[in-house]
Amino acid sequence: MNKMKNIYFDYQATTPVDPRVLKKMMPYFAEIYGNPHSRNHSFGWEAEEGVEIARERVAQIIGANPKEIIFTSGATESNNLALKGVSEFYGDKKNHIITCVTEHKCVLESCRHLSGRGFDVTYLPVQSDGLINLEELKNAITDKTLIVSIMGVHNEIGVIQPLEEIGKICRSRDIFFHTDCAQAVGKIKLDVDKMNIDLMSISGHKIYAPKGVGALYIRRKPRVRISSMISGGGQERGMRSGTLSPALCVGLGEACHIYLNEMDKENKILQKFKKMMLDGIRKACPDVYLNGSEKSRVPGNLNLSFAYVEGESLMMGIKNLAVSSGSACTSASLEPSYVLKALGVEEELAHTSLRIGFGRFTTENEVRYATKTIINEVLRLRELSPLWEMAQEGVDISKIKWAHH
Amino acid sequence: MAYSKELLDHYENPKNVGSMDKESEEVGTGLVGAPACGDVMKLQIKVNKKGVIEDAKFKTFGCGSAIASSSLITEWVKGKNLDEAHSIKNTEIANHLALPPVKIHCSILAEDAIKAAIEDYKKKNRKNR
Ligand SMILES: Cc1ncc(COP(=O)(O)O)c(C=O)c1O
Repeated sequence: MNKMKNIYFDYQATTPVDPRVLKKMMPYFAEIYGNPHSRNHSFGWEAEEGVEIARERVAQIIGANPKEIIFTSGATESNNLALKGVSEFYGDKKNHIITCVTEHKCVLESCRHLSGRGFDVTYLPVQSDGLINLEELKNAITDKTLIVSIMGVHNEIGVIQPLEEIGKICRSRDIFFHTDCAQAVGKIKLDVDKMNIDLMSISGHKIYAPKGVGALYIRRKPRVRISSMISGGGQERGMRSGTLSPALCVGLGEACHIYLNEMDKENKILQKFKKMMLDGIRKACPDVYLNGSEKSRVPGNLNLSFAYVEGESLMMGIKNLAVSSGSACTSASLEPSYVLKALGVEEELAHTSLRIGFGRFTTENEVRYATKTIINEVLRLRELSPLWEMAQEGVDISKIKWAHH
Repeated sequence: MAYSKELLDHYENPKNVGSMDKESEEVGTGLVGAPACGDVMKLQIKVNKKGVIEDAKFKTFGCGSAIASSSLITEWVKGKNLDEAHSIKNTEIANHLALPPVKIHCSILAEDAIKAAIEDYKKKNRKNR
């Protein structure tokens, strides 16, 4: 097999900046350098114009009004601001939050912060396909429920939560619906009105804009109020002080604008790549499991468990493919992913999991090469695996008394 | 994290991969670790009448360091008698492969595996005498 240089298969971790995005940003560093909040001269107006066009473009991709968009440093900040901002503003009336065990750490940690400050938090479980059960959501709601926070598309397993149904439930009970859409924007059709979304977090670097920029959608009709977390000059209508970076805002706007015309086309190509790889692997290797719903998922994510082959050794064997491990064994902890655990994936299987992410700059050749490389390495490592050998001999591994260390 | 040349070599071209008849009286088998912890080692030794390890084989489910540690120890035990093999320390393995601190447990597992294989061999042969 011919040697290929390192190939990027980690589009859920981050994406490269699209050259078209970069081109739109460039003038805003050294030419159009005014402070977008300067009201008295053309330098400020020009920068402001760039920011406002960007705001319109972000709004457009989710069916919002530009006045409902504020820029932030990324989805982490947006999630913090949405949850803490709403909680602080309305906390004396309602003090119950509903979220889900597989949310991103920044949502879970924000909730944990609030639970130490008088809020009750319900963490909904997920079903084995990674989706929440809507009946369980309904049952968790009380008179005190202020906000429900459920992400749109999952960063590890790529599953799409039923946003429209969740929104309907929330609206009927007069509860705010926040959704972390860092991985959803540009990947699935989003419409804040149709889905009854009250707050939505957006990240730049998951959609081919730079790292360090994001946005928060905050509904105006009916109005959602938030307390600001950052005090200062009152920019972003008082909700997020600090001078905006026009270059970063323009980048985020352009990234959204590109998706407006290209989402369907891109999804089709990614769907084809996903099928190529999944079918190829399944045909060559038995006992490979897809984590998360097979139907309700974005095409750019494959989270696979390769039974009997430990994930880290597999990553080492396919070292020119930049993928991410489903187990956290690369860090000091030997704990497998909390997300796979929540799906009910057994620990021994979680240790065999990889997340493979495709994106805009993935080529068919790369997918073909990666598929072949992964298959070869899985087969090689299975020949090394005592568990594979036992399985072939018909030994039930779960019946063996293992010495846990 | 950069791995040493020795480690990568044992991972890419592991020595003594395979299995021997675990029912044979000449063979001692050690199976240590747990799938839920992410590593399982099976190490087998074949001992001749003089008490010398003639051959060794392994299979390992685990990270690259675990595979390299088991490959290395099978190389080391060949030609040794049981006492010599029993006295191999995990630190020697860790040093030879330059294991990073989070991977020290892989060398400990390899030491456990050889001890378990020797134990199994001795148990079998005590019974038969
Ligand atoms: C679902 C989800 N939420 C939030 C974040 C954090 O976004 P950011 O890096 O923009 O702060 C990420 C990315 O790591 C994510 O995937």
